[in-house]
Amino acid sequence: MAYSEKVIDHYNNPRNVGTLNKDSKFVGTGLVGAPECGDVMRLQIEVGADNVITDAKFKTFGCGSAIASSSLATEWLKGKTIDEALTIDNMDIVEELALPPVKIHCSVLAEDAIKSAINDYRVKNGLDAIVLEKSHH
Amino acid sequence: MKQPIYLDNNATTPLDPRVLEAMLPYFTEKFGNAASRNHAFGWVAEEGVDYAREQVAKLIGCTEKEIIFTSGATEADNLGIKGVFEMYKEKGNHIITAVTEHKAVLDTCKHLEKNGARVTYLGVKEDGLIDLAELEAAMTEETILVSIMYGNNEIGVIQPVKEIAAIAHKFGALFMTDATQAVGKIPVNVIADGIDLMAFTAHKMYGPKGVGALYVRRKNPRVKVTSQMDGGGHERGMRSGTLNVPGIVGLGKACELCRLEMESETIRLSALRDKLESTLSKMEESYVNGNTQHRLPHVANISFKYVEGEGLMMAMSDLAVSSGSACTSASLEPSYVLKSLGLSDDLAHSSIRYGLGRFTTEEEIDQAIAVTQKAVNHLRELSPLWEMFKEGIDLSKIEWAEH
Repeated sequence: MAYSEKVIDHYNNPRNVGTLNKDSKFVGTGLVGAPECGDVMRLQIEVGADNVITDAKFKTFGCGSAIASSSLATEWLKGKTIDEALTIDNMDIVEELALPPVKIHCSVLAEDAIKSAINDYRVKNGLDAIVLEKSHH
Repeated sequence: MKQPIYLDNNATTPLDPRVLEAMLPYFTEKFGNAASRNHAFGWVAEEGVDYAREQVAKLIGCTEKEIIFTSGATEADNLGIKGVFEMYKEKGNHIITAVTEHKAVLDTCKHLEKNGARVTYLGVKEDGLIDLAELEAAMTEETILVSIMYGNNEIGVIQPVKEIAAIAHKFGALFMTDATQAVGKIPVNVIADGIDLMAFTAHKMYGPKGVGALYVRRKNPRVKVTSQMDGGGHERGMRSGTLNVPGIVGLGKACELCRLEMESETIRLSALRDKLESTLSKMEESYVNGNTQHRLPHVANISFKYVEGEGLMMAMSDLAVSSGSACTSASLEPSYVLKSLGLSDDLAHSSIRYGLGRFTTEEEIDQAIAVTQKAVNHLRELSPLWEMFKEGIDLSKIEWAEH
Protein backbone atom coordinates (compact mmCIF):
# COMPACT_ATOMS: atom_id res chain seq x y z
CA MET A 1 0.00 0.00 0.00
CA ALA A 2 1.41 3.37 -0.89
CA TYR A 3 1.20 6.20 1.61
CA SER A 4 0.13 9.69 0.61
CA GLU A 5 2.77 12.40 0.41
CA LYS A 6 1.33 14.15 3.44
CA VAL A 7 1.52 11.01 5.56
CA ILE A 8 5.12 10.50 4.51
CA ASP A 9 5.95 14.13 5.28
CA HIS A 10 4.49 13.95 8.79
CA TYR A 11 6.10 10.59 9.32
CA ASN A 12 9.55 11.71 8.27
CA ASN A 13 9.30 15.11 9.94
CA PRO A 14 6.88 14.65 12.79
CA ARG A 15 5.77 17.99 14.30
CA ASN A 16 5.70 18.57 18.02
CA VAL A 17 7.14 15.30 19.28
CA GLY A 18 7.71 15.43 23.00
CA THR A 19 6.40 15.51 26.49
CA LEU A 20 4.75 18.25 28.57
CA ASN A 21 4.61 18.15 32.35
CA LYS A 22 1.57 16.01 32.94
CA ASP A 23 1.28 17.21 36.54
CA SER A 24 0.86 20.86 35.57
CA LYS A 25 -2.71 22.10 35.88
CA PHE A 26 -2.34 23.89 32.56
CA VAL A 27 -1.59 20.62 30.80
CA GLY A 28 -4.14 18.07 29.63
CA THR A 29 -2.98 14.58 28.68
CA GLY A 30 -4.81 12.05 26.56
CA LEU A 31 -3.53 8.49 26.33
CA VAL A 32 -5.62 6.34 24.01
CA GLY A 33 -5.37 3.02 22.20
CA ALA A 34 -3.74 -0.15 23.44
CA PRO A 35 -0.43 -1.88 22.76
CA GLU A 36 -2.32 -5.08 21.87
CA CYS A 37 -4.08 -3.27 19.07
CA GLY A 38 -0.87 -1.88 17.69
CA ASP A 39 -1.67 1.79 18.34
CA VAL A 40 -1.13 3.97 21.38
CA MET A 41 -1.31 7.76 21.15
CA ARG A 42 -0.39 10.22 23.84
CA LEU A 43 -1.42 13.75 23.07
CA GLN A 44 -0.86 16.67 25.40
CA ILE A 45 -2.09 20.26 25.32
CA GLU A 46 -0.98 23.26 27.31
CA VAL A 47 -3.76 25.78 27.83
CA GLY A 48 -3.15 29.47 28.42
CA ALA A 49 -5.37 32.47 29.02
CA ASP A 50 -8.80 32.58 27.34
CA ASN A 51 -8.77 28.81 26.94
CA VAL A 52 -6.31 29.04 24.05
CA ILE A 53 -4.06 26.04 23.42
CA THR A 54 -0.54 27.43 23.50
CA ASP A 55 1.36 24.21 22.99
CA ALA A 56 0.70 20.62 21.92
CA LYS A 57 2.96 17.57 21.97
CA PHE A 58 2.55 13.93 21.02
CA LYS A 59 4.17 10.55 21.11
CA THR A 60 2.67 7.63 19.18
CA PHE A 61 3.30 3.91 18.98
CA GLY A 62 1.76 2.80 15.72
CA CYS A 63 1.88 2.68 11.98
CA GLY A 64 2.82 5.60 9.74
CA SER A 65 -0.78 6.78 9.47
CA ALA A 66 -1.20 6.81 13.25
CA ILE A 67 1.97 8.85 13.67
CA ALA A 68 0.93 11.26 10.90
CA SER A 69 -2.60 11.65 12.34
CA SER A 70 -1.30 12.63 15.75
CA SER A 71 1.39 14.88 14.33
CA LEU A 72 -1.24 16.68 12.26
CA ALA A 73 -3.54 16.94 15.28
CA THR A 74 -0.89 18.77 17.32
CA GLU A 75 -0.35 21.18 14.44
CA TRP A 76 -4.04 21.96 14.25
CA LEU A 77 -4.47 22.31 18.00
CA LYS A 78 -1.94 25.05 18.56
CA GLY A 79 -3.62 28.45 18.68
CA LYS A 80 -7.14 27.04 18.82
CA THR A 81 -9.44 27.55 21.78
CA ILE A 82 -10.67 24.46 23.55
CA ASP A 83 -14.11 24.89 22.02
CA GLU A 84 -12.58 25.10 18.56
CA ALA A 85 -10.43 22.06 19.26
CA LEU A 86 -13.53 20.07 20.16
CA THR A 87 -14.85 20.57 16.64
CA ILE A 88 -11.95 18.72 15.03
CA ASP A 89 -13.51 15.67 13.42
CA ASN A 90 -11.64 12.52 12.49
CA MET A 91 -12.88 12.85 8.91
CA ASP A 92 -11.02 16.17 8.63
CA ILE A 93 -7.83 14.24 9.34
CA VAL A 94 -8.77 11.48 6.88
CA GLU A 95 -9.29 14.10 4.20
CA GLU A 96 -6.15 16.10 4.93
CA LEU A 97 -3.90 13.01 4.97
CA ALA A 98 -5.81 11.10 2.26
CA LEU A 99 -6.01 8.06 4.53
CA PRO A 100 -7.34 4.86 2.94
CA PRO A 101 -10.35 3.11 4.54
CA VAL A 102 -8.20 0.61 6.49
CA LYS A 103 -6.49 3.55 8.21
CA ILE A 104 -9.55 5.48 9.28
CA HIS A 105 -9.18 4.05 12.79
CA CYS A 106 -5.92 6.05 13.10
CA SER A 107 -7.86 9.29 12.65
CA VAL A 108 -10.52 8.15 15.09
CA LEU A 109 -7.81 7.52 17.63
CA ALA A 110 -6.40 11.02 17.07
CA GLU A 111 -9.83 12.57 17.63
CA ASP A 112 -10.22 10.49 20.79
CA ALA A 113 -6.81 11.65 21.96
CA ILE A 114 -7.74 15.32 21.50
CA LYS A 115 -10.98 14.90 23.45
CA SER A 116 -9.32 12.86 26.13
CA ALA A 117 -6.61 15.53 26.59
CA ILE A 118 -9.24 18.26 26.83
CA ASN A 119 -11.20 16.29 29.41
CA ASP A 120 -8.08 15.71 31.47
CA TYR A 121 -7.47 19.46 31.47
CA ARG A 122 -11.09 20.19 32.37
CA VAL A 123 -11.20 17.75 35.26
CA LYS A 124 -7.90 19.08 36.62
CA ASN A 125 -9.39 22.56 36.63
CA GLY A 126 -12.60 21.62 38.40
CA LEU A 127 -14.81 21.38 35.32
CA ASP A 128 -16.94 18.41 34.38
CA ALA A 129 -15.65 16.05 31.75
CA ILE A 130 -17.51 16.44 28.50
CA VAL A 131 -19.54 13.36 27.71
CA LEU A 132 -18.19 12.14 24.42
CA GLU A 133 -20.33 10.43 21.91
CA LYS A 134 -19.02 6.91 21.59
CA SER A 135 -16.85 7.00 18.54
CA HIS A 136 -17.52 4.56 15.77
CA HIS A 137 -14.87 1.89 16.09
CA MET B 1 14.14 5.25 -7.79
CA LYS B 2 16.73 3.28 -5.86
CA GLN B 3 15.55 -0.29 -5.30
CA PRO B 4 15.24 -1.31 -1.66
CA ILE B 5 17.35 -4.19 -0.39
CA TYR B 6 15.32 -7.35 -0.87
CA LEU B 7 15.07 -9.30 2.37
CA ASP B 8 11.70 -10.93 1.87
CA ASN B 9 12.82 -14.21 0.33
CA ASN B 10 10.24 -16.17 2.31
CA ALA B 11 7.54 -14.37 0.37
CA THR B 12 9.15 -15.09 -2.96
CA THR B 13 12.62 -15.29 -4.46
CA PRO B 14 13.91 -13.61 -7.59
CA LEU B 15 14.24 -15.87 -10.61
CA ASP B 16 17.80 -17.10 -11.05
CA PRO B 17 19.01 -16.03 -14.52
CA ARG B 18 20.21 -19.58 -15.13
CA VAL B 19 16.65 -20.80 -14.55
CA LEU B 20 15.28 -18.20 -16.95
CA GLU B 21 17.77 -19.30 -19.58
CA ALA B 22 16.64 -22.91 -19.28
CA MET B 23 12.98 -21.85 -19.59
CA LEU B 24 13.19 -19.49 -22.55
CA PRO B 25 13.27 -22.03 -25.42
CA TYR B 26 10.07 -23.58 -24.07
CA PHE B 27 8.21 -20.33 -24.68
CA THR B 28 9.35 -20.12 -28.28
CA GLU B 29 10.63 -22.92 -30.52
CA LYS B 30 9.88 -25.71 -28.01
CA PHE B 31 6.28 -24.63 -27.52
CA GLY B 32 4.66 -28.04 -27.95
CA ASN B 33 2.08 -29.66 -25.74
CA ALA B 34 3.79 -32.36 -23.69
CA ALA B 35 0.71 -34.53 -24.18
CA SER B 36 0.98 -34.49 -28.00
CA ARG B 37 2.23 -38.00 -28.64
CA ASN B 38 2.30 -37.95 -32.40
CA HIS B 39 4.79 -35.31 -33.45
CA ALA B 40 8.17 -33.86 -32.66
CA PHE B 41 6.79 -30.70 -31.00
CA GLY B 42 5.10 -32.80 -28.37
CA TRP B 43 8.09 -35.07 -27.91
CA VAL B 44 10.46 -32.17 -27.34
CA ALA B 45 8.15 -30.66 -24.74
CA GLU B 46 7.70 -34.02 -23.06
CA GLU B 47 11.45 -34.49 -22.98
CA GLY B 48 11.80 -31.16 -21.17
CA VAL B 49 9.19 -32.20 -18.63
CA ASP B 50 10.76 -35.62 -18.11
CA TYR B 51 14.17 -34.10 -17.53
CA ALA B 52 12.68 -31.63 -15.03
CA ARG B 53 10.96 -34.49 -13.25
CA GLU B 54 14.33 -36.16 -12.80
CA GLN B 55 15.88 -32.95 -11.50
CA VAL B 56 13.08 -32.52 -8.98
CA ALA B 57 13.18 -36.16 -7.92
CA LYS B 58 16.91 -36.02 -7.37
CA LEU B 59 16.60 -33.07 -5.01
CA ILE B 60 14.11 -34.77 -2.70
CA GLY B 61 15.23 -38.39 -3.10
CA CYS B 62 12.23 -39.90 -4.86
CA THR B 63 11.49 -41.40 -8.28
CA GLU B 64 10.18 -39.41 -11.24
CA LYS B 65 6.80 -41.11 -11.14
CA GLU B 66 6.15 -39.76 -7.68
CA ILE B 67 6.08 -36.12 -8.78
CA ILE B 68 2.74 -34.49 -9.66
CA PHE B 69 3.21 -31.04 -11.12
CA THR B 70 0.76 -28.39 -9.93
CA SER B 71 0.33 -24.62 -10.14
CA GLY B 72 2.15 -24.15 -6.84
CA ALA B 73 2.26 -25.22 -3.23
CA THR B 74 -1.27 -24.05 -2.43
CA GLU B 75 -2.69 -26.36 -5.08
CA ALA B 76 -0.39 -29.16 -3.95
CA ASP B 77 -1.59 -28.73 -0.34
CA ASN B 78 -5.20 -28.81 -1.53
CA LEU B 79 -4.65 -31.86 -3.70
CA GLY B 80 -2.75 -33.73 -1.00
CA ILE B 81 -5.14 -33.10 1.86
CA LYS B 82 -8.45 -33.18 0.02
CA GLY B 83 -7.22 -36.01 -2.18
CA VAL B 84 -6.25 -38.17 0.79
CA PHE B 85 -9.46 -37.38 2.65
CA GLU B 86 -11.60 -38.42 -0.28
CA MET B 87 -9.52 -41.49 -1.10
CA TYR B 88 -9.30 -42.83 2.45
CA LYS B 89 -12.59 -41.74 3.98
CA GLU B 90 -13.70 -45.36 4.34
CA LYS B 91 -10.79 -45.80 6.72
CA GLY B 92 -11.40 -42.74 8.86
CA ASN B 93 -12.18 -39.05 8.88
CA HIS B 94 -9.60 -37.65 11.30
CA ILE B 95 -6.82 -35.28 10.22
CA ILE B 96 -4.16 -33.79 12.48
CA THR B 97 -2.38 -30.54 11.68
CA ALA B 98 -0.91 -27.61 13.62
CA VAL B 99 -2.01 -24.05 14.30
CA THR B 100 1.15 -22.57 12.75
CA GLU B 101 0.51 -24.09 9.32
CA HIS B 102 0.14 -21.95 6.23
CA LYS B 103 -3.41 -20.92 5.34
CA ALA B 104 -3.27 -23.26 2.34
CA VAL B 105 -3.31 -26.14 4.83
CA LEU B 106 -5.50 -24.59 7.55
CA ASP B 107 -8.22 -23.39 5.22
CA THR B 108 -8.20 -26.67 3.32
CA CYS B 109 -8.75 -28.49 6.62
CA LYS B 110 -11.53 -26.07 7.53
CA HIS B 111 -13.14 -26.79 4.19
CA LEU B 112 -13.02 -30.53 4.90
CA GLU B 113 -14.57 -30.03 8.31
CA LYS B 114 -17.70 -28.94 6.47
CA ASN B 115 -17.57 -32.23 4.57
CA GLY B 116 -17.40 -34.49 7.56
CA ALA B 117 -13.73 -34.39 8.53
CA ARG B 118 -12.70 -34.11 12.15
CA VAL B 119 -9.54 -32.00 12.42
CA THR B 120 -7.21 -31.63 15.38
CA TYR B 121 -5.14 -28.44 15.35
CA LEU B 122 -2.10 -29.02 17.53
CA GLY B 123 -0.71 -26.03 19.40
CA VAL B 124 3.01 -25.34 19.48
CA LYS B 125 5.50 -24.77 22.26
CA GLU B 126 6.92 -21.31 22.73
CA ASP B 127 9.80 -22.15 20.41
CA GLY B 128 7.31 -22.94 17.63
CA LEU B 129 7.78 -26.73 17.61
CA ILE B 130 4.92 -29.13 18.14
CA ASP B 131 4.91 -31.42 21.16
CA LEU B 132 5.38 -35.01 19.96
CA ALA B 133 3.63 -36.44 23.00
CA GLU B 134 0.64 -34.27 22.23
CA LEU B 135 0.65 -35.54 18.65
CA GLU B 136 0.78 -39.12 19.80
CA ALA B 137 -2.04 -38.54 22.24
CA ALA B 138 -4.17 -37.05 19.47
CA MET B 139 -3.77 -40.06 17.16
CA THR B 140 -6.78 -42.36 16.89
CA GLU B 141 -7.88 -45.35 14.82
CA GLU B 142 -9.74 -42.88 12.66
CA THR B 143 -6.68 -40.76 11.90
CA ILE B 144 -5.90 -40.97 8.21
CA LEU B 145 -3.51 -38.04 7.78
CA VAL B 146 -1.02 -36.02 9.77
CA SER B 147 -0.06 -32.81 7.95
CA ILE B 148 2.70 -30.80 9.58
CA MET B 149 4.86 -28.28 7.76
CA TYR B 150 8.60 -28.78 7.38
CA GLY B 151 9.94 -25.25 7.93
CA ASN B 152 7.77 -22.37 9.06
CA ASN B 153 7.39 -19.40 6.73
CA GLU B 154 7.33 -16.73 9.45
CA ILE B 155 9.87 -17.89 12.00
CA GLY B 156 11.77 -20.57 10.08
CA VAL B 157 11.59 -23.29 12.73
CA ILE B 158 11.99 -26.84 11.43
CA GLN B 159 9.58 -29.40 12.86
CA PRO B 160 10.90 -32.85 13.88
CA VAL B 161 9.61 -34.36 10.66
CA LYS B 162 11.14 -37.83 11.05
CA GLU B 163 9.66 -38.30 14.50
CA ILE B 164 6.29 -36.99 13.36
CA ALA B 165 6.30 -39.42 10.41
CA ALA B 166 7.14 -42.32 12.74
CA ILE B 167 4.22 -41.50 15.03
CA ALA B 168 1.81 -41.16 12.09
CA HIS B 169 2.93 -44.49 10.67
CA LYS B 170 2.72 -46.25 14.01
CA PHE B 171 -1.00 -45.51 13.95
CA GLY B 172 -1.41 -46.39 10.29
CA ALA B 173 -1.87 -42.79 9.12
CA LEU B 174 -0.16 -41.05 6.23
CA PHE B 175 2.26 -38.19 6.81
CA MET B 176 2.14 -35.13 4.61
CA THR B 177 4.33 -32.05 4.88
CA ASP B 178 4.09 -28.61 3.36
CA ALA B 179 7.78 -28.16 2.63
CA THR B 180 7.48 -24.93 0.68
CA GLN B 181 10.11 -23.12 2.74
CA ALA B 182 12.41 -26.12 3.23
CA VAL B 183 12.87 -27.80 -0.15
CA GLY B 184 15.95 -26.39 -1.82
CA LYS B 185 17.15 -24.75 1.40
CA ILE B 186 17.97 -27.74 3.59
CA PRO B 187 18.42 -31.43 2.82
CA VAL B 188 14.95 -32.94 2.44
CA ASN B 189 14.80 -36.65 1.63
CA VAL B 190 11.36 -38.21 1.48
CA ILE B 191 12.68 -41.71 2.19
CA ALA B 192 14.90 -40.80 5.14
CA ASP B 193 12.24 -38.46 6.52
CA GLY B 194 9.38 -40.92 6.08
CA ILE B 195 7.27 -38.49 4.06
CA ASP B 196 4.22 -39.83 2.17
CA LEU B 197 3.09 -36.59 0.54
CA MET B 198 4.94 -33.31 0.20
CA ALA B 199 3.96 -29.94 -1.26
CA PHE B 200 6.48 -27.42 -2.55
CA THR B 201 6.84 -24.64 -5.09
CA ALA B 202 9.36 -23.18 -7.53
CA HIS B 203 9.16 -19.50 -6.63
CA LYS B 204 10.62 -19.94 -3.15
CA MET B 205 13.77 -21.46 -4.64
CA TYR B 206 14.65 -19.05 -7.42
CA GLY B 207 12.27 -20.62 -9.92
CA PRO B 208 9.20 -19.08 -11.57
CA LYS B 209 5.83 -18.39 -9.96
CA GLY B 210 2.85 -20.53 -10.91
CA VAL B 211 4.46 -23.96 -10.74
CA GLY B 212 4.96 -26.40 -7.91
CA ALA B 213 4.63 -30.07 -7.16
CA LEU B 214 3.11 -32.67 -4.90
CA TYR B 215 5.22 -35.67 -4.08
CA VAL B 216 3.03 -38.76 -3.74
CA ARG B 217 4.72 -41.91 -2.49
CA ARG B 218 4.35 -44.97 -4.71
CA LYS B 219 5.94 -47.66 -2.55
CA ASN B 220 5.67 -48.65 1.13
CA PRO B 221 2.92 -47.64 1.09
CA ARG B 222 1.49 -46.82 -2.30
CA VAL B 223 -0.39 -43.59 -1.68
CA LYS B 224 -3.33 -42.51 -3.79
CA VAL B 225 -5.11 -39.20 -3.93
CA THR B 226 -8.45 -38.41 -5.53
CA SER B 227 -7.92 -35.84 -8.23
CA GLN B 228 -9.33 -32.38 -7.59
CA MET B 229 -9.18 -31.27 -11.21
CA ASP B 230 -10.99 -33.33 -13.81
CA GLY B 231 -10.02 -33.41 -17.45
CA GLY B 232 -7.52 -35.05 -19.72
CA GLY B 233 -5.99 -37.31 -17.08
CA HIS B 234 -2.57 -35.69 -16.98
CA GLU B 235 -0.09 -36.48 -14.21
CA ARG B 236 -1.28 -40.07 -13.94
CA GLY B 237 -4.84 -38.94 -13.53
CA MET B 238 -4.12 -37.01 -10.35
CA ARG B 239 -3.98 -33.54 -11.86
CA SER B 240 -5.53 -32.85 -15.22
CA GLY B 241 -4.59 -29.80 -17.21
CA THR B 242 -2.04 -29.10 -19.94
CA LEU B 243 1.40 -29.06 -18.39
CA ASN B 244 3.03 -25.69 -17.84
CA VAL B 245 6.13 -26.80 -19.71
CA PRO B 246 8.33 -23.67 -19.32
CA GLY B 247 7.38 -23.47 -15.65
CA ILE B 248 8.12 -27.12 -15.06
CA VAL B 249 11.47 -26.82 -16.84
CA GLY B 250 12.18 -23.83 -14.58
CA LEU B 251 11.23 -25.77 -11.46
CA GLY B 252 13.56 -28.58 -12.54
CA LYS B 253 16.47 -26.25 -13.14
CA ALA B 254 15.81 -24.45 -9.85
CA CYS B 255 15.89 -27.78 -8.01
CA GLU B 256 19.15 -28.76 -9.67
CA LEU B 257 20.83 -25.48 -8.73
CA CYS B 258 19.60 -25.75 -5.15
CA ARG B 259 20.92 -29.30 -4.89
CA LEU B 260 24.35 -28.34 -6.20
CA GLU B 261 24.71 -25.13 -4.18
CA MET B 262 22.85 -25.99 -1.00
CA GLU B 263 25.83 -26.89 1.11
CA SER B 264 27.83 -23.73 0.46
CA GLU B 265 24.72 -21.54 0.49
CA THR B 266 23.66 -22.84 3.88
CA ILE B 267 27.02 -21.92 5.36
CA ARG B 268 27.03 -18.48 3.73
CA LEU B 269 23.42 -17.61 4.55
CA SER B 270 23.46 -18.80 8.14
CA ALA B 271 26.62 -16.74 8.75
CA LEU B 272 24.92 -13.64 7.33
CA ARG B 273 21.69 -14.34 9.22
CA ASP B 274 23.63 -14.85 12.46
CA LYS B 275 25.44 -11.57 11.96
CA LEU B 276 22.18 -9.71 11.40
CA GLU B 277 20.43 -11.41 14.25
CA SER B 278 23.15 -11.22 16.85
CA THR B 279 23.73 -7.51 16.17
CA LEU B 280 20.05 -6.58 16.22
CA SER B 281 19.19 -8.73 19.21
CA LYS B 282 21.82 -6.84 21.19
CA MET B 283 19.61 -3.78 20.99
CA GLU B 284 17.71 -3.11 24.17
CA GLU B 285 14.34 -4.90 24.42
CA SER B 286 14.66 -6.87 21.21
CA TYR B 287 13.73 -10.53 21.06
CA VAL B 288 14.37 -13.33 18.58
CA ASN B 289 11.20 -15.31 17.85
CA GLY B 290 11.19 -19.08 17.48
CA ASN B 291 13.61 -21.91 18.14
CA THR B 292 17.15 -20.92 17.17
CA GLN B 293 18.56 -24.45 16.99
CA HIS B 294 16.12 -26.15 14.65
CA ARG B 295 15.50 -23.71 11.87
CA LEU B 296 16.09 -22.70 8.29
CA PRO B 297 19.40 -20.97 7.60
CA HIS B 298 17.99 -17.84 5.99
CA VAL B 299 15.25 -16.50 8.27
CA ALA B 300 15.40 -14.20 11.28
CA ASN B 301 12.28 -12.97 13.06
CA ILE B 302 12.89 -10.27 15.63
CA SER B 303 10.52 -8.21 17.79
CA PHE B 304 11.58 -4.68 18.71
CA LYS B 305 9.50 -3.92 21.74
CA TYR B 306 7.65 -0.58 21.99
CA VAL B 307 7.86 -0.03 18.23
CA GLU B 308 5.05 -1.01 15.88
CA GLY B 309 6.04 -3.22 12.95
CA GLU B 310 4.27 -1.43 10.14
CA GLY B 311 5.54 1.94 11.30
CA LEU B 312 8.97 0.39 11.48
CA MET B 313 8.78 -0.92 7.93
CA MET B 314 7.86 2.56 6.78
CA ALA B 315 10.94 3.93 8.51
CA MET B 316 12.96 1.23 6.78
CA SER B 317 11.78 1.95 3.28
CA ASP B 318 15.27 1.03 2.05
CA LEU B 319 14.52 -2.53 3.12
CA ALA B 320 11.91 -4.91 1.73
CA VAL B 321 10.97 -7.01 4.74
CA SER B 322 7.70 -8.13 6.31
CA SER B 323 6.07 -7.77 9.69
CA GLY B 324 3.80 -9.80 11.94
CA SER B 325 1.90 -6.62 12.53
CA ALA B 326 -1.42 -6.65 10.76
CA CYS B 327 -2.16 -2.98 11.02
CA THR B 328 -3.36 -3.00 7.43
CA SER B 329 -5.88 -5.77 7.97
CA ALA B 330 -9.37 -4.84 9.01
CA SER B 331 -9.22 -7.22 11.95
CA LEU B 332 -6.17 -5.53 13.53
CA GLU B 333 -5.05 -9.03 14.49
CA PRO B 334 -1.31 -9.60 14.44
CA SER B 335 0.32 -12.77 13.11
CA TYR B 336 -1.42 -15.96 14.26
CA VAL B 337 1.89 -17.78 14.06
CA LEU B 338 3.61 -15.45 16.51
CA LYS B 339 0.57 -15.44 18.77
CA SER B 340 0.58 -19.22 18.87
CA LEU B 341 4.09 -19.10 20.33
CA GLY B 342 2.51 -17.33 23.27
CA LEU B 343 3.86 -13.95 22.20
CA SER B 344 1.80 -11.08 23.52
CA ASP B 345 -0.03 -9.07 20.89
CA ASP B 346 2.23 -6.07 21.36
CA LEU B 347 5.36 -8.12 20.67
CA ALA B 348 3.70 -9.70 17.66
CA HIS B 349 2.88 -6.22 16.38
CA SER B 350 6.55 -5.29 16.85
CA SER B 351 8.05 -8.09 14.78
CA ILE B 352 10.06 -7.96 11.60
CA ARG B 353 10.90 -10.95 9.43
CA TYR B 354 14.17 -10.85 7.50
CA GLY B 355 14.36 -13.45 4.75
CA LEU B 356 17.79 -13.76 3.18
CA GLY B 357 18.44 -15.34 -0.19
CA ARG B 358 20.89 -16.41 -2.84
CA PHE B 359 21.47 -12.84 -3.98
CA THR B 360 21.84 -11.28 -0.54
CA THR B 361 25.31 -9.82 0.04
CA GLU B 362 27.20 -9.07 3.21
CA GLU B 363 27.14 -5.38 2.30
CA GLU B 364 23.35 -5.52 2.17
CA ILE B 365 23.22 -7.15 5.59
CA ASP B 366 25.44 -4.42 7.01
CA GLN B 367 23.11 -1.82 5.54
CA ALA B 368 20.07 -3.66 6.86
CA ILE B 369 21.55 -3.63 10.35
CA ALA B 370 22.28 0.09 10.19
CA VAL B 371 18.87 0.97 8.73
CA THR B 372 17.06 -1.11 11.35
CA GLN B 373 18.98 0.33 14.27
CA LYS B 374 18.36 3.87 13.11
CA ALA B 375 14.66 3.26 12.50
CA VAL B 376 14.08 1.51 15.82
CA ASN B 377 15.83 4.29 17.70
CA HIS B 378 13.92 6.96 15.81
CA LEU B 379 10.55 5.35 16.47
CA ARG B 380 11.32 4.74 20.10
CA GLU B 381 11.89 8.47 20.45
CA LEU B 382 8.34 8.84 19.16
CA SER B 383 6.91 6.02 21.26
CA PRO B 384 5.00 6.83 24.44
CA LEU B 385 5.43 3.20 25.47
CA TRP B 386 9.21 3.44 25.27
CA GLU B 387 9.12 6.59 27.38
CA MET B 388 6.92 4.90 29.98
CA PHE B 389 9.15 1.82 29.98
CA LYS B 390 12.17 4.05 30.55
CA GLU B 391 10.37 5.73 33.45
CA GLY B 392 9.85 2.31 34.98
CA ILE B 393 6.08 2.24 34.47
CA ASP B 394 4.65 -1.26 34.25
CA LEU B 395 2.64 -1.16 31.03
CA SER B 396 0.70 -4.27 31.94
CA LYS B 397 -0.82 -2.40 34.90
CA ILE B 398 -2.31 0.33 32.75
CA GLU B 399 -5.96 0.07 31.81
CA TRP B 400 -5.84 0.51 28.08
CA ALA B 401 -8.92 1.55 26.23
CA GLU B 402 -9.31 -1.27 23.71
CA HIS B 403 -10.57 0.06 20.47
